[in-house]
Amino acid sequence: MSYLQLRQVSKSYGAGATEVHALSNINLAVERGSLVAVMGPSGSGKSTLLTIVGSLEEPTSGEVVIDGVALSSMSRNDKARLRRRTVGYVFQDFNLLAGLTAGENVSLPLELDGISAKKAHLAGIAALEELGLADRATHYPDELSGGERQRVAIARAIVGERTLLLADEPSGALDSTNAEAVMRMVLVACHRGVAAVVVTHDAQLASWADRVVFIRDGKIVDQTVPPPSLESLITDLPAPSPRR
Amino acid sequence: MSVRHALLAFLSEAPKYGLQLRQEFEEGTGEVWPLNVGQVYTTLQRLERDELIESDDRGEEAGPQKVFHITEAGRKELDTWLSTPSDMTEPPRDELVIKVLAALHVPGVSVHDVIQVHRRYLVELMQQWTRLKEDEADFDLTFALVVDAELFRLDSVVRWLDAADGRLKRAALEAPSAKPGPLIRRRLVARR
Repeated sequence: MSYLQLRQVSKSYGAGATEVHALSNINLAVERGSLVAVMGPSGSGKSTLLTIVGSLEEPTSGEVVIDGVALSSMSRNDKARLRRRTVGYVFQDFNLLAGLTAGENVSLPLELDGISAKKAHLAGIAALEELGLADRATHYPDELSGGERQRVAIARAIVGERTLLLADEPSGALDSTNAEAVMRMVLVACHRGVAAVVVTHDAQLASWADRVVFIRDGKIVDQTVPPPSLESLITDLPAPSPRR
Repeated sequence: MSVRHALLAFLSEAPKYGLQLRQEFEEGTGEVWPLNVGQVYTTLQRLERDELIESDDRGEEAGPQKVFHITEAGRKELDTWLSTPSDMTEPPRDELVIKVLAALHVPGVSVHDVIQVHRRYLVELMQQWTRLKEDEADFDLTFALVVDAELFRLDSVVRWLDAADGRLKRAALEAPSAKPGPLIRRRLVARR
């Protein structure tokens, strides 16, 4: 069974004549270790989809299942625990706390979850090290570049045993080099078994994903076929073919 | 891609043999543009005819043992080429643009579906290039630059499709559709 499953998920706001269907019958499955991009224009429902997967909003109908457990069967406390321990969020604007260092920002979610400050600190450093940011642990957010801040935000999202990474336009206003660095970080997380969902309107960002799902007016209208293996790419690429 | 000027660029570093130039051209362009030996020697002969390069004159045809040098005129030609922007004033006759415009006139065809088919294809291509970059780019700067160029080119087409999709959707909601004024149309025609 897929790690994350959305089954016939719909979300409506308002009622009667003013009812707006933000999502309609969304079916989506994401495996551990894989990166799925949900690509669509503003207002297509992609951010709503992410907040529902992260249990920040409830669907009007349908079911979200994470690691075999339906969100609808969880109590409020269970959902809060899920958000603290399992789900990591990355937003466009980093959302780092200005008064805390990079290391403290990353370890904060663990401390909030009742883990001792010392253990949380070590886990925070480990997450920063994994993303090549160990030397930035004692820097405050305003001492970091935009790209570094977003990479710290990713470290915070995967710290501890988090297994589901949800990112909303994670390359935001970053230039292409930093956007690439951010996506490489997301892939590092996936390689260690994290399931990741990135929503974006940006094709370059989406192209890092194993699968790209296209969303329009709250409906999934299409998806890419998973890219073939590297070996077949070398021979299958359209002209002009790279000669590797 | 100007093979002629690329060869001048490689010769500006040092005198080189023809086969060496072919190898450096392929490596220096991320191995994306294969070049056959005949093409290299034909180009070198033309450059020599135009006095942009010289060879060790042993009275033999261009061949593997011949070393080529760039001349002063060759350096000037190279400088001019590098500092002159390529002509991009004329919009290319892009088949995809024409396809989308044509789809608007075909009964029973959804232009949004036409757009999506092409969008998916382009994103799949971009995934393939990104995969190559992911695996190779850290080790090969030239290759990374070439892949970036391809990704940005494909991305610009996806962006146009997204913009067209949005514009057509709005236009359908705001009927009757606004048609370009005569002045704008005349200008577009004049540019063709």
